Amino acid sequence: MQITVLYFARLKESLKYSTEELLLPASVSDITTLMAHLSTRGGAWQEMFSGKQQLRAAINHALVTNDTNIKTGDEVAFFPPVTGG
Amino acid sequence: MTVRVQTEDFDAGAEINRMRLSRADTGAVAAFIGQVRDLNQGDKVSTLTLEHYPGMTEKALEGIVEQAKQRWNVFDVLVVHRIGTLQPTEQIVLVVVSGAHRGEAFAACEFIMDYLKTEAPFWKKEQTPAGERWVEARVSDDAARERWAKK
Repeated sequence: MQITVLYFARLKESLKYSTEELLLPASVSDITTLMAHLSTRGGAWQEMFSGKQQLRAAINHALVTNDTNIKTGDEVAFFPPVTGG
Repeated sequence: MTVRVQTEDFDAGAEINRMRLSRADTGAVAAFIGQVRDLNQGDKVSTLTLEHYPGMTEKALEGIVEQAKQRWNVFDVLVVHRIGTLQPTEQIVLVVVSGAHRGEAFAACEFIMDYLKTEAPFWKKEQTPAGERWVEARVSDDAARERWAKK
């Protein structure tokens, strides 16, 4: 399964990544397992995706909960709680 | 319904007048303007920079306005939100709602702001004398949104 992942705000700065194309292992099926997968990269990735940080996720431009399934071709985004307005 | 995300400033007076005059059966126009403060958490703020998620931002705002229109009988809604680097006293956001009477226009305007604050993908970074920092989300903003679920 191949997806696009985007990172925003504090997350983008910490990871030094704004977007990437990812080929996922079979173990990844939803947001929770994707976060676990990203966390195994270690360093800032582990810090951001091990569950300690408050993060929100979106799939194809819609906010989702962590149990939402991911399918091939999806655009997945991770970001801190929003602070607009 | 109109939703705009832009770097340029906006003319709130002109926007309000345009909506007010667009229908002669309009009896009420409610508007909210958010502006950059020069102080946050006790620190002087020299500039505020707004980042967003192009593509999702517009959809999120349209979704929020759609919910408001289903909930209250309002005629028209305008949301303008700025991005980029802003100075204190610059305008950040404008919400204008028109309707037959004030009650629905006021409620819809407040609902849109409360949802925008917690669901639209914008992030603020502020420049202070100690350096730059990301603005933390406020629990009170979540509480403001939650109270609409009970009504």
